[in-house]
Amino acid sequence: MALGVRLEKTTKAPGLTLAGEHLTLDLCGGLWLAAHRTLVVSDLHLEKGSAFAARSGQFLPPYDTRETLACLHEVVARLDPARVVALGDSFHDARGPDRMEPGDRAMVAALQEGRDWVWIAGNHDHAVTEGVGGRYAETLTVGGLTLRHEPSPEAEDGEVSGHLHPCGKVAMRGRAVRRRCFVTDGRRLIMPAFGAYAGGLNVRNPVFEPLFPAGFTAHLLGDGRVFAIGRAMLAKD
Amino acid sequence: MRAGRSALLVAPTGAGKTLAGFLPSLTALADRPPAKTSRGLHTLYISPLKALAVDIARNLEAPIAEMGLSIRVETRTGDTPSHKRTRQVERPPDILLTTPEQLALLIAHREASDLFANLSYVVLDELHALVTSKRGDLLSLALARLHRLSPGLTAIGLSATVREPDDLRRYLVPQRSFGSDMRGSPLLEGEGQGEVCAPSEKVAHLTPALSFQEREHRGDDALVPGPMPMADLVVVRGGAAPDLHMLDTGLTLPLAGHTAWQAMPAIYDLIGRHRTVLVFVNTRLQAEYTFQELWRINEESYPIALHHGSLDASQRRRVEAAMAAGQLRAIVCTATLDLGIDWGDVDLVVNIGAPKGASRIMQRIGRANHRMDEPSKAYLVPANRFEILECQAALDAVEAAAQDTPDARLGAPDVLAQHILGMACADAFDPVQLYDEIVSAAPYATLSWEDFEAVVDYVATGGYALRAYERFAKILRGPDGLWRVRDARTAQQYRMNVGTIVESAKVKVRLARANRARPGAVLPRGGRVLGEIEEDFADTLTPGDTFLFAGEVLRFEGLSEDEALATRAGPGTDPAIPSYAGAKFPISTFLAARVRAMIADPFEWDRLPKQVSDYLVQQRTRSVLPGATGLLVETFPRSGRYYLTAFPFEGRLAHQTLGMLLTRRLERARMRPLGFAANDYGIAIWMTRDLSARIATEPEFLDALFAEDMLGDDLEAWLDESAMMKRTFRQCAVIAGLIERRYPGQAKTGRQVTMSTDLVYDVLRKHQPDHLLLRAARQDAATGLLDVRRLGVMLRRVQGHIVHKALDRVSPLSVSVMLEIGREKVYGEGADEILAEAEAQLLEEALG
Repeated sequence: MALGVRLEKTTKAPGLTLAGEHLTLDLCGGLWLAAHRTLVVSDLHLEKGSAFAARSGQFLPPYDTRETLACLHEVVARLDPARVVALGDSFHDARGPDRMEPGDRAMVAALQEGRDWVWIAGNHDHAVTEGVGGRYAETLTVGGLTLRHEPSPEAEDGEVSGHLHPCGKVAMRGRAVRRRCFVTDGRRLIMPAFGAYAGGLNVRNPVFEPLFPAGFTAHLLGDGRVFAIGRAMLAKD
Repeated sequence: MRAGRSALLVAPTGAGKTLAGFLPSLTALADRPPAKTSRGLHTLYISPLKALAVDIARNLEAPIAEMGLSIRVETRTGDTPSHKRTRQVERPPDILLTTPEQLALLIAHREASDLFANLSYVVLDELHALVTSKRGDLLSLALARLHRLSPGLTAIGLSATVREPDDLRRYLVPQRSFGSDMRGSPLLEGEGQGEVCAPSEKVAHLTPALSFQEREHRGDDALVPGPMPMADLVVVRGGAAPDLHMLDTGLTLPLAGHTAWQAMPAIYDLIGRHRTVLVFVNTRLQAEYTFQELWRINEESYPIALHHGSLDASQRRRVEAAMAAGQLRAIVCTATLDLGIDWGDVDLVVNIGAPKGASRIMQRIGRANHRMDEPSKAYLVPANRFEILECQAALDAVEAAAQDTPDARLGAPDVLAQHILGMACADAFDPVQLYDEIVSAAPYATLSWEDFEAVVDYVATGGYALRAYERFAKILRGPDGLWRVRDARTAQQYRMNVGTIVESAKVKVRLARANRARPGAVLPRGGRVLGEIEEDFADTLTPGDTFLFAGEVLRFEGLSEDEALATRAGPGTDPAIPSYAGAKFPISTFLAARVRAMIADPFEWDRLPKQVSDYLVQQRTRSVLPGATGLLVETFPRSGRYYLTAFPFEGRLAHQTLGMLLTRRLERARMRPLGFAANDYGIAIWMTRDLSARIATEPEFLDALFAEDMLGDDLEAWLDESAMMKRTFRQCAVIAGLIERRYPGQAKTGRQVTMSTDLVYDVLRKHQPDHLLLRAARQDAATGLLDVRRLGVMLRRVQGHIVHKALDRVSPLSVSVMLEIGREKVYGEGADEILAEAEAQLLEEALG
């Protein structure tokens, strides 16, 4: 019953190297590039709750934007980045910014205060920047890294992307744990979704295969720290 | 009943009560003058099972034809084609037989007021089984609407024997006036066999309204108001007393385990000596096991079949048909055959394992020999020594005709939300009028105006403090003060969502063929579908895991799209995964009290087999016996660990909740708990620090550990992350229309785009913890999967009555619960422990 592993109660985030850049995988799901004082978060999907209400009359709790921004605030306060990059699909749909509550809008403005803020174009929110501050870009280069929303099939080394909402599942002794995760093969990195209502796609899904022909390691966001799990230990859905 | 007064007819199974329920209505229909045009619906019959409705329709046609009556009888179920449904509303039959869900749809129909204007009778069958669930809440609201649409309506409830018939009598009639006669009425005497009880008093005062919060806390008390209107009661006594025994194989039974393997030859022998035997078990796992064992020794090749809820529907229909045709000698089944039509000529019922409740066992016994004058014959088969006690308690209860049906329900807010939207679909509603109607339904009699308003607000815009959805409102209040449904799409959504049964997501189990060319690989597809397993269970399987299903040991090979592929495991393989989700009932409070009393009183032991009394004597010598009221706690060391065992006798569910909470507290007290196990009678927790020593130096430690305040912050903190709470929330969210139902066959969209209820739960809990749906989920948790209310009652009862025994080794009683260790999932294990173990494998790869 007892596990052979003693848990290290450490919050020290694991690091890895990609295209010569040192990356820190933050437990909140953000990527910290300390050398550039840059924080990257992907797939915020702000206003996803209200998108359901507008489209299909499903009244999901309208607190997802607030919750996502609160998490973002926590990590920004902790790391004090000079630049924040939202790696696309920052809003769930193009009308998202219009539906945003004034309080949440003010929260975004406060987060942007005194730092460079870049909205990378996503497939859900292409060219959405009206009235939400910051600047807009299709891709961004930070040191040796290329930041874009969708992973490209023939990417150069050092691509950091999102879009797929990777999740890893570990099943053991009649229990299964499914968590958001970073996925990397040492050449590219796919980030977990940051948004409170963003779902997840299992990394064993075939869409990941061509992106990582030589296999990958998933870094799962646990309760207390990030866990590096090999492909062999990851279960399908 | 002919006088037009509502009545509850209580009769044992086989007394022909269903047809009796139709007598007043048939008489009235026969007496009426012939008419040229359709006169609208005259009688409505509601059954919990659609198969039962169809069967009753067939049974009614015979007497109607014999009497030469021109009465049109029709059924309406989910299978009724849409053109027939339309016709049924335009030209209603005289008698319509249907289910609670179909009734909800009918009263939400725009033509409902015309359709039901001349309704004279409503007959509610198997009422005792309906009222204990959310389906009963839904039906009560529909009944209130019927009483309003048709003020002269007579409601007739049909029920097996119940402990509190007054609950059911209240259920049938409006609890508050909205214009109709609401006086209580005296009891009618049934033909010679009736039992007279005092006429209910006239209504003097009504219960004060309670908020959901108060309703939640007051629990049962909230339902014990002053005199309230009740239907008449007609009790049909009699039927021969059941011929009931405990099966004694002469073998010594183990202290734990539920398979009853020792009894299989004796059961097989009984099958050989009867026409058709129903073998009831408590879980699907037991059904699978029993079926397999009986076939292993089936030298005569008797036709023995298996029937449980996970099997493919077509296979179940085949079993039912074969049984009705008298082709089967035995059917191993779970609660799926507790209710329902009489399949074939059953002359013996065998119940394996703990009876769990006196009413349940009586219902099951009643499945044999459906004739009043002959006794039902049944055997109870205990699988371990504790179950001998439980079987003996059940025998005593049946002899005393004592019942343990659960208390009347407090109406669930999520069901009310569904109903209110339905009422807006039927017609514009005035909130005050609708409130009066709703509180006339017994489960909602204590609903406060404020809570009613909160539910209306939820239906309109989600009930959020952040008023984000005003412009998308589903129901809108007009200048005339009436609420109307927004548009046809919203009404359509309501119709798609109606009902209170939320099936958990399932995946099909398909037999795959092993690929001979590549050992270890399987060919996808090709094999037949064996049935379905819950997605939650499938999620926990890894390729290579073996489990029992559809009568065989299967090896899980992997998931392909939304099917689980499996192969037959080699002969002699033991299933490695202990069970897959299937209903497990906890022992009823009533039966548990009888078991406790039996243990506490040595004079009772004479009636027990020697193996049980010897065991109790040993316990008394080595430790002490748990008393009839207090709580026995034992602490002892064993192979380097320290154990705590406690015996509250409150059932598995309450014990699991208790185990979770105690583990948290012991963790905080730095006792380093490692895990716990629970059964129906007690719990065991193990830790790395010496608990006996701690209690010796801190005598108040144990009282503090079991203090009632664990139901405060500790419970709240646990509920935050409890998977069972999330499941409960999901059900409320589906019933209340927050989340759309997933239909079988509906294309499964990627998880990336679907909304996980767990995410919704987490966000809502953080930002609006008093939201209606969270209150609904907590109300369910009190009695459902977490059984919190039962735990609370126990903790209050044992305050100051904890008997502690520090022992130097495990006691006989503790052995029984210690044997549960390893049989079930250990809930103490956190997500991070699992992830850390998986991570360690990666390290090994890297270093190895």
